[in-house]
Amino acid sequence: MTPDRAISLVQERFGLQAAGEGRYLTVEGVPVERWQEFFRFAKETLGCRFFSFLTAVDWKEQGLEVVCRVENLEDGVGMLAKARLAPDARCPSLTGLYRGADWMERECYDMFGVRFEGHPDLRRILLSQDWEGYPLRKDYAVDTPHPPYR
Amino acid sequence: MADPEARKVIELGYGGNERLVMNMGPQHPSAHGVFRMILTLEGETIAALDSVIGYLHRCHEKLGETLTYAQYPSIASKTDYVAAMTSELAYVLAAEKIGKIEVPKRAQYLRVLVAELQRVASHCLWLGTWCLDIGGALGGGATVFLYCFREREMVLDLFESLTGARLLYGFHQVGGVRYDLPEGWAQRCRDTVDRIDQRLDEYESMLESNTAFLIRSQRVGVISRELAQEVGIAGPLLRGSGVDFDIRRDDPYSSYADFDFKIPVEEAGDCYARYRVRMQEFRESIKIVRQALDGLPEGPISSRPALKSVGQVRIPKGEAYARVEGPRGEVGCYLIADGSPKPYRMKWRGASFSNLSILPHIVPGHKVADVVAIMGSVDPVFGEVDR
Repeated sequence: MTPDRAISLVQERFGLQAAGEGRYLTVEGVPVERWQEFFRFAKETLGCRFFSFLTAVDWKEQGLEVVCRVENLEDGVGMLAKARLAPDARCPSLTGLYRGADWMERECYDMFGVRFEGHPDLRRILLSQDWEGYPLRKDYAVDTPHPPYR
Repeated sequence: MADPEARKVIELGYGGNERLVMNMGPQHPSAHGVFRMILTLEGETIAALDSVIGYLHRCHEKLGETLTYAQYPSIASKTDYVAAMTSELAYVLAAEKIGKIEVPKRAQYLRVLVAELQRVASHCLWLGTWCLDIGGALGGGATVFLYCFREREMVLDLFESLTGARLLYGFHQVGGVRYDLPEGWAQRCRDTVDRIDQRLDEYESMLESNTAFLIRSQRVGVISRELAQEVGIAGPLLRGSGVDFDIRRDDPYSSYADFDFKIPVEEAGDCYARYRVRMQEFRESIKIVRQALDGLPEGPISSRPALKSVGQVRIPKGEAYARVEGPRGEVGCYLIADGSPKPYRMKWRGASFSNLSILPHIVPGHKVADVVAIMGSVDPVFGEVDR
């Protein structure tokens, strides 16, 4: 798999533009309902079997965006894809494709409140289970009070 | 005091085929930090493992949004505090990538030099604590631990005379590094790595001729090549599972392309394979340190003027993912800049976080004692897991 081949495949299958800085490609605006389909394609067709990370970005009024990066280690092609979420913050889970998505999605739920549908065990991971709010959202102030000794 | 019903359940659990839930941690000497495991046992065999993390969580990613590009690098060292040099480097590389900031050649070599010394120090800590974990097998166990700490101490002394700090350095800054080598440092550094190089043979002969050590580490905690990639483990764990990937060679940063070194790979995927990978990495790191000292170019150590205020570094709008090969694998920083002195968003990909998430996949089927050996071979640093 070469970066050029990956760019044309993404264009062909999803009609999306993969911008590249060398061998590492970024795909913006994957439709959230095709999120799983996109990563199945990335894993099986592009050979990106290495799961690097998954996170989200809070763009305030424009809503949340989920970001995930996978990589083909043999050919050195990296793929970073992004999907905008609707205000209900629901996103299909990638746990069926990548086992590494398990903890990363839990962290993303913990910090942003993204609800990953199909995740087998969506609990908070870094904060305690009774924590209120989602700290990495932009409307969560750094000095938000919380019960002591947590 | 105890509830008689609850007691009955526990007694039944010892009977045979029933399952017993056992708590391990969060304060446990083999946990290398604060980590709780909830083990479901069938006899002494583990049927399931649930990990509880987050005890050291400081929300570094929120901190990254509230601190400026000048302030955060010294805080970044507190993620993986055993390898502070590499954590700082990931952050400044990301900022430099967005801002297209040139780094002088001398600073790039200094970055490589300290990163490799850090790998030596970090692997010393790993080897010592791991051997302490499987201590019974080594006839007391504390010997290797104390030897390794003696060697690590020598590297920390070098760092102390370079930066003034022994654990958290604040060495890197956007555009270069903050300190140049003091008088006589290069020679001291050469002497130190020579001495460590000799002592590695000593460790190897001590461990690899010890049958108990081999039994405890070989064929224990096997990670397949497929599982390794899917979970996203990195560094010595990935290479111990037969995947030939190292960021220093495959996505070089900071002049690593100028250096000549080998990437050790082992096929077995067990604790022993991970041990072998790290032992060979020790020597490769020492090789790189010597090359960096030999080839150290003259010139400035930073492309930016000295800092007079914390808001002085501004990075233009943009985003980048920068990563470095830390002692524990891929330490990555995904940074989104909005033109202000602070990033809009910072995601920290902690190598230990991904590495630790392998545990529920490989521990079931092993005995309780093996959990400790496997856990040690994963080498998690909880500052980086919990961030």
